[in-house]
Amino acid sequence: MPKITYITHDGEKNTVEVLTGLSVMEGALQNNIKGIDADCGGSMACATCHVYVSENWLGKIEKTHDAEQDMLDMAYEPKKNSRLSCQIIVSDDLDGLEVTTPIKQT
Amino acid sequence: MIKTDAIIIGAGPTGLFAVHQLGIIGLKCEIIDNLDRAGGQCIELYPDKPIYDIPAIPECTGEELTNGLLKQVAPFKANFHFNQRVEEIKQENNSWILKTNKGNIFSAPNVIIAGGVGSFEPRKLALKEAEKFEGSQIFYSVANKKIFQNKKISIFGGGDSALDWALELSKTNQVTLIHRRSEFRGAAHTLSEVKQKEKEGKILIKTPYNLTSIEGDKAMTGIEIKHEDGKLEKIKADYILSFFGLIMKLGPIAEWGLNIDKKTIPVNTETFQTNKEGIFAIGDICTYPGKLKLILSGFHEGALAARACFKRAKPNETYKFEFTTASKNIHDRLGLKK
Repeated sequence: MPKITYITHDGEKNTVEVLTGLSVMEGALQNNIKGIDADCGGSMACATCHVYVSENWLGKIEKTHDAEQDMLDMAYEPKKNSRLSCQIIVSDDLDGLEVTTPIKQT
Repeated sequence: MIKTDAIIIGAGPTGLFAVHQLGIIGLKCEIIDNLDRAGGQCIELYPDKPIYDIPAIPECTGEELTNGLLKQVAPFKANFHFNQRVEEIKQENNSWILKTNKGNIFSAPNVIIAGGVGSFEPRKLALKEAEKFEGSQIFYSVANKKIFQNKKISIFGGGDSALDWALELSKTNQVTLIHRRSEFRGAAHTLSEVKQKEKEGKILIKTPYNLTSIEGDKAMTGIEIKHEDGKLEKIKADYILSFFGLIMKLGPIAEWGLNIDKKTIPVNTETFQTNKEGIFAIGDICTYPGKLKLILSGFHEGALAARACFKRAKPNETYKFEFTTASKNIHDRLGLKK
């Protein structure tokens, strides 16, 4: 199973196994990872599963669509490497992915 | 004080259908919502996006679903109380007394919380200093545009609210529109008007920039913004308007003595009652083993909660199950002509 590492804003790392096909957001919820709220449940309507993807992984995950960028406008302190974790689908290629959660989601 | 059989908190699809389910069994209700209209997440988050999993409706938008439900509950003449949030809830004998932030007081033996993920509130600026000037020089909505006359205004955001207010206020003020990326997501025709105003020198557009600091001690005098490439820039500002959409906050519900599990309220799936007798929770805000956050689940939950309300609302009457197709009582309640 691919391993995903969730890093809090103050550097605490949590590496968990996430089933292929689930989103990085769902992986967080199932493993009680702090820092991801996912209020809308993955319908890309809230921007509270916002994460920063480490630079070396940015090129390896599918690019954002317009709707995701629109939603990221609403996120707390979005940056260039911001993504909505509900839109990143875990696959074997993403084994080892590292994402950092923002200070807060709202 | 308004007395009724059941008070519904939240006018989203689940709350609306609960009005129907209470209505057909002869119970009256009042419905309270923090937004200015019915529809909840359907209307705030995806009014134009299609929904494909409402039984017998292959496809409809959030707005269409809301309008359909409003039509369906119209015969029951429930009172809607918008733009207010329930702040307090306390027990008095067999009734629950609710108080809203507008000072309205309600009393009923039953309260149905259909609060979704909480009440919608504007998303605020991340900077701590923003709190200090909120309501005096920093606003998340416009109540009185006259105060902006001949002032320097910085507007943040990339959607319709930001564009619309930039246009409107550029008539009488110096407006700077600041957004984190070069693309705006507002309506194309509004954007082209904004670009036209930029050419005329009426609106200054700053992209891709983010807010880094707010300056001023007793009063805000200006802001500092940062370009994506790191360059800092200072702008004089009398007012900031920030439009980053709405967030959902559980709010006062968390203080009512209800069991809460990760922002949701555990319920008994027979009645959808919470740990407090006479307080029910349905829709996205309730949780139980196997819970699905679907509109259709909210409908089922409301149907059962409404039946459970009957006993507390009419303790001396017997509830009798009836079908809407055949029941004369229900036809009368629906106002059907004989």
